[in-house]
Amino acid sequence: MRPGLILSWALITLVALWALVPGVFTGYDPIAGTPAEKLRAPGPGHLFGTDAVGRDLFARVVHGAVHSLSGAFVAVAVGLLLGTLLGLVAGSVRGALDEIVMRVVDVLLSVPGLLLALTVIILLGPGTVNVAVAVGVGSVASFARLARSEVVRVRRTDYVEAAFGSGGRFAAVLWRHVLPNSLVPVVALAALQFGVAILAISTLGFLGYGAEPPTPEWGLLISEGRNYLATAWWLTTLPGTVVVAVVLAASRISRSIGREDG
Amino acid sequence: MSLLEVRDLTVSYTRRGRWGGVHARPAVHGVSFAVEPGEVVAVVGESGSGKTTTAQAVIGLLPPNGRLDGGQILLGGTDIAGWSQRRLQTVRGAQIGLVPQDPANSLNPVKPVGVQIGEALRLHRRGDRRTIAHRVVELLERVGLPDPEVRARQYPHELSGGMRQRVLIAIAVALEPRLIIADEPTSALDVTVQRRILDLIDDLRAESGTAVLLVTHDLGVAMDRSDRLVVMKDGRIEERGATRAVLGAPQAAYTARLLRDAPALRAPEFLSVGTARTTAGATAGTAAEEASREPAVVVRDLVKEYRAGGRPFRAVDGVSFEVPRGTTHALVGESGSGKTTTARMVMRLAEPTSGSVAIGGVETAGVRGARLRALRRDVQLVYQNPYGSLDPRQSVADIVEEPLRNFGLGDRAGRRERVRDLLDRVALPAAVLGRRPRELSGGQRQRVAIARALAPGPKVVVLDEAVSALDVSVQAQILDLLGELQRDLGLTYLFISHDLAVVRQVSHTVSVMSKGRIVETGTTRRLFENPGHAYTRALLAAVPGTAHQLAGQEVGR
Repeated sequence: MRPGLILSWALITLVALWALVPGVFTGYDPIAGTPAEKLRAPGPGHLFGTDAVGRDLFARVVHGAVHSLSGAFVAVAVGLLLGTLLGLVAGSVRGALDEIVMRVVDVLLSVPGLLLALTVIILLGPGTVNVAVAVGVGSVASFARLARSEVVRVRRTDYVEAAFGSGGRFAAVLWRHVLPNSLVPVVALAALQFGVAILAISTLGFLGYGAEPPTPEWGLLISEGRNYLATAWWLTTLPGTVVVAVVLAASRISRSIGREDG
Repeated sequence: MSLLEVRDLTVSYTRRGRWGGVHARPAVHGVSFAVEPGEVVAVVGESGSGKTTTAQAVIGLLPPNGRLDGGQILLGGTDIAGWSQRRLQTVRGAQIGLVPQDPANSLNPVKPVGVQIGEALRLHRRGDRRTIAHRVVELLERVGLPDPEVRARQYPHELSGGMRQRVLIAIAVALEPRLIIADEPTSALDVTVQRRILDLIDDLRAESGTAVLLVTHDLGVAMDRSDRLVVMKDGRIEERGATRAVLGAPQAAYTARLLRDAPALRAPEFLSVGTARTTAGATAGTAAEEASREPAVVVRDLVKEYRAGGRPFRAVDGVSFEVPRGTTHALVGESGSGKTTTARMVMRLAEPTSGSVAIGGVETAGVRGARLRALRRDVQLVYQNPYGSLDPRQSVADIVEEPLRNFGLGDRAGRRERVRDLLDRVALPAAVLGRRPRELSGGQRQRVAIARALAPGPKVVVLDEAVSALDVSVQAQILDLLGELQRDLGLTYLFISHDLAVVRQVSHTVSVMSKGRIVETGTTRRLFENPGHAYTRALLAAVPGTAHQLAGQEVGR
């Protein structure tokens, strides 16, 4: 265990706890502010300072964790499930189906992720869940590509042939041998994608496609703080730092998973 | 003064623990031996004996986690044990040449071989570009490659395995070192190629008086090629001395066991079809007896054609043979002879282009779906590599149970019971049930693979180089196990191998394959005692360890 990895796990655990039991970490209400205490700089009373209507910024970041994290979870789940399924089918059936799926994946990969997510949002309409789904759809292509390459590798191993040789049916062999042995890099990508999804959801929140104010979603926090950039630096910098820290931690964890089996 | 003297060499491998601690595992303990100018010293041992580690330590090329803990490595009287890599570079190549194990991975794939040979000369500043180019061609000619000018411009992938090994030898001898370390130089090569490469090393030695430190697992090779022998086990020297003396009258029990297990040196009675090892038919009635006369496997005019760049290429070209019930038929040949493709077609893991295969009288051509699965109950395959043929994520119990689940044989409790029986059959303790393949040794893994193959109760088992990846003592145990299973269960084996010594030991009948065709078929006795085809004779002559047996019976057994 490297110190960086321990720190990453600690940070992710902390943020997960923010999402689950925000009341333990802050006594302030994230929605109702005290106008008298508006735009206070970070200090002992208000760890991250307060915003223009006197709401405690730390409380808003803590309560916002649930929105960003659940959004990222949905996004990763959509990408992981759809992508792995596509990759598994393409890699094990091969032939024309493989060609078609992979050429579609090529097209999807050639479009920038954010643009793709925006397109999906325009189709689905804005909203927290829709943003998560949109980000997830944007990552289906990379999951499918990775899963397929692993499936193709595992399909060629002796133990998969041996499983067919000992009378295994196609679906049973896929489920019992091919899928479990293909998953390690896919799970590593999922961890990485988790950080990317938080970033993408925050970006879409910042652009105004996600949660509606006064929801304390991280991207929205940064977006609102932008108006006070000159006078209240903490409104953008501190939530931004939290987002960056979570993304970095997720990427560090992802790297450790990728190495585990190598 | 000895050319190379190793004194009390101790090497360990370090491993970083999960919580940051460093564990050292000793691999070589206090090994001492000497190499005199011009002689061949063979270091023999099974995997994990520390023989390769010893060789790597001598030339200062231990893996990054290897640590030289103590001892001296005297090269011409100078201790090079503590030398830095930079200082060692002046010795490597110039005084000690290395012939690595794996010709497939030891050459740079993006540079022509001539450039790679020239590199050694250039680094040690032996002449200008013109003289180096000239010398490279000379070297390629010296190691017996035809058209050396053309070869020098070719890339490694354009050369065969034997040619690549010759290039590696050319690199090793380029600077005329006084010592060549050859680490399993022929293990990856076919027997006939192996013989030519070993002959080449012998010639070079005779010509320039270079000493050779030959690391090998093959006692036959050591016997044919070395003057003195060092036998290693678990990082210690078990025995050393003149090769003839050691093998003639081994002092250490371990050496005696290695000798007993080495297939080339083991010469049991030939098996014959008349005395098939089965007793299964004995209790059955006359109808069953009648049936048992029908061969278990009949292969007729089997052809497999591949399209390589538009031109059809016949990997298997009109192969026919029969295997009587309860006997072993061996398919022998070198790599590319089509023997594995034939086996895969018998298993129906590959589709034949034409021809027919019948298992127990049932034609397999065109059988699909449920009937193909039913057929697979009767034919099972054991793979060469027990590391690749077991799913690393399954437990031993799950692996052996899988065919039973696939064929829906028995309920859960019944299957568990059968798995225990099967493990017992292959002499594995019940304690391995919950383990994963990586926690088992190579021999244990192959036993698990055999147990899996036996699970559905097959009539025919195809053994595709099933013992080739194993150490000799483990190999002998697995072969004994296979013989026992054949006697008890009346199994029919199709035994695919490149190793004639093993084939002699286990098979009743043999087909020799070359370039997709069977060149000779017969009983094992007839083929070994009176080979008809020139290719069979060449194969037989190339088996290491036979030279001495033919020369005289001084080899004790």
